[in-house]
Amino acid sequence: MAKKASNVSSRASALLNWFDDRLPVTAFWNNVMTGYMAPKNFNFWYYMGSLALLVLVIQIFSGILLAMHYKPSALEAFASVEYIMRDVDWGWLIRYMHTTGASFFFILIYLHMFRSLLYGSHKAPRELLWVFGMFIYVALMAEAFLGYILPWGQMSYWGAQVIINLFGAIPKIGEPLTQWIRGDYFISDATLNRFFALHVIAVPLALLGLVLLHLVALRENGSNNPDGIEIKKNKDADGKPLDGIPFHPYYTVKDIFGVGMFLILFCFVLFLWPEAGGLFLEHDNFIPADPLVTPQHIKPVWYFTPFYAILKAVPDKLLGVLTMGASVAILFFLPWLDRSPVKSIRYKGLWYKVLLTLFTIAFIRLGLLGMAEGTPAQTIEMRVWTLVYFMFFVLLFFMSPRGKTKPEPDRVTH
Amino acid sequence: MKKIATILFTAVLLLPLASFTVSASAGAGVEQSGANINDTASLQRGAKWYVNYCLGCHSVSYMRYNRLAADLDLSEDMVMDNLVFSNAKFAETMNIAMDPGQAMAWFGKPPPDLSLIGRSRGADWLYSYLQGFYQDENGEWNNTLLPNAAMPHVLWSLQGIQTPVYRQETDAGGFTHEVIDHFELTRPGKQSPQEFEETARDIAAFLEYAGEPAQLKRKGVGVWVILFLVLFTFVAYLLKAEYWRDVH
Repeated sequence: MAKKASNVSSRASALLNWFDDRLPVTAFWNNVMTGYMAPKNFNFWYYMGSLALLVLVIQIFSGILLAMHYKPSALEAFASVEYIMRDVDWGWLIRYMHTTGASFFFILIYLHMFRSLLYGSHKAPRELLWVFGMFIYVALMAEAFLGYILPWGQMSYWGAQVIINLFGAIPKIGEPLTQWIRGDYFISDATLNRFFALHVIAVPLALLGLVLLHLVALRENGSNNPDGIEIKKNKDADGKPLDGIPFHPYYTVKDIFGVGMFLILFCFVLFLWPEAGGLFLEHDNFIPADPLVTPQHIKPVWYFTPFYAILKAVPDKLLGVLTMGASVAILFFLPWLDRSPVKSIRYKGLWYKVLLTLFTIAFIRLGLLGMAEGTPAQTIEMRVWTLVYFMFFVLLFFMSPRGKTKPEPDRVTH
Repeated sequence: MKKIATILFTAVLLLPLASFTVSASAGAGVEQSGANINDTASLQRGAKWYVNYCLGCHSVSYMRYNRLAADLDLSEDMVMDNLVFSNAKFAETMNIAMDPGQAMAWFGKPPPDLSLIGRSRGADWLYSYLQGFYQDENGEWNNTLLPNAAMPHVLWSLQGIQTPVYRQETDAGGFTHEVIDHFELTRPGKQSPQEFEETARDIAAFLEYAGEPAQLKRKGVGVWVILFLVLFTFVAYLLKAEYWRDVH
């Protein structure tokens, strides 16, 4: 028995050797998994990245299955989604995986980005890592917007109408540009067909490429950590960081636990609460698209509403579009706006805690106001929080070099 | 202490979220229906009421008769004898023969397909809508939830005819309006008010079911999936704790 087992394992290692002579399998594994030393003090916030990767895989997997049954045609799209929901075996499961995945993708990405604001992960030498991450975020917004038109419900149609019309605010080229995007004078079969192509091929390809760049840039300098200090500064005799532990097996087993916790939440929504009270699947989107009937209250899905509120806060259309664009664009420059000598909120002074708290409230309130009907009082509130949103970046730029800091420790606290 | 403060603070931040989602589903005049899609008898009654009173005008074009039979514990014969009045086959969907052009002439617009009304409006709205029909002073049908609805009160022979009793109300601007205070049943129907409530509830439950037939199975599967995940996560936690014992 024992002899047989050792025989098998020697055969397996011979096979591995065969591959290693032709492809750096073991070297790659050692480089990115067992040989990669990650800080040992990761906390809750450090689950989001690997979970976002998991959701990306879920979306690609469920998306491929959906594309096998979905019909990207204005006449058939709505009915084909209902065909998936009713007649395709486990079709409802595939679709809810995809719709729940879309919202959870944004939840994870927002938490992932917030982690960077907490611990300064965007600061040198990880500026490019942050910038690639921002490109991923923008690509994800495009992907979500393109995908939302596909069910061809009322919100699909009118939401797309509102967002495409934003480009019309650009002087001179605005109108022809919106026509070029739609491929028609109004949102039609042509629009749906091209959005489908972009949603299933173009943007996912770009996303995968960007994710790869994001990961390569991450491994180049290694992860930041809640203390915001570089673990490479303290190494043992072998040149290994004293506060580092091999990514595999330590963080792989920890992430498996994280995946379990996440999937409990994910499956709770998927199986028991897929509409999430109208937030993840909007009630009006169960009405087929009708170009002649405008819904009473058009609003984008929840993950866009903070930016939608910023758009609505500005009375002028062009200025509103520019302000909304700026609210996303300014995030790209975060690494250079944050000029603090320390990275982590733990060693930044009270000033940063106050700024970040206000920014967080502003973002959440804007998200809620973006969903609301828009009374005059709400418009005023939107303006206030829009101002707070932008003031965060302005004050960060001016206060970060001067603001009080606490001394950073030499070693991570665990 | 710091952690508790953070959690409390986060909770306060997220609190308005809850109120927003609640207010989105409720609305003026919408009552709790108590519709229960797990009550198969109620769904069966709802289906019966629907094919007798609603299916003449409103198709449920995504709902197949054989699916209905399987989900509502009905045999093929029972469905074909009691629920199918057209020449539709068992595997076909609940379509109607009404000509859209004629429908335009009769109602001003074709009666909508109700496959997904349970999802866009919800059972509570449907329940309240069915009970909200009244006859105004001119003898015209109207509805409290959908004023000037094109649909007449199809169930009037069951409910009877109710007429509104008005009262005066002054708004914030000092203007006086006439609003409906309550209804008076001026002509009783075949059903008592309690029986009619039950009928409205059954129809609402049937339409909620028809909006997403898979929901009957979905919730059952979901509970097992989550139970498995809880077990999996517990084992994963033990594994993690074992590996991490030597990290100091």
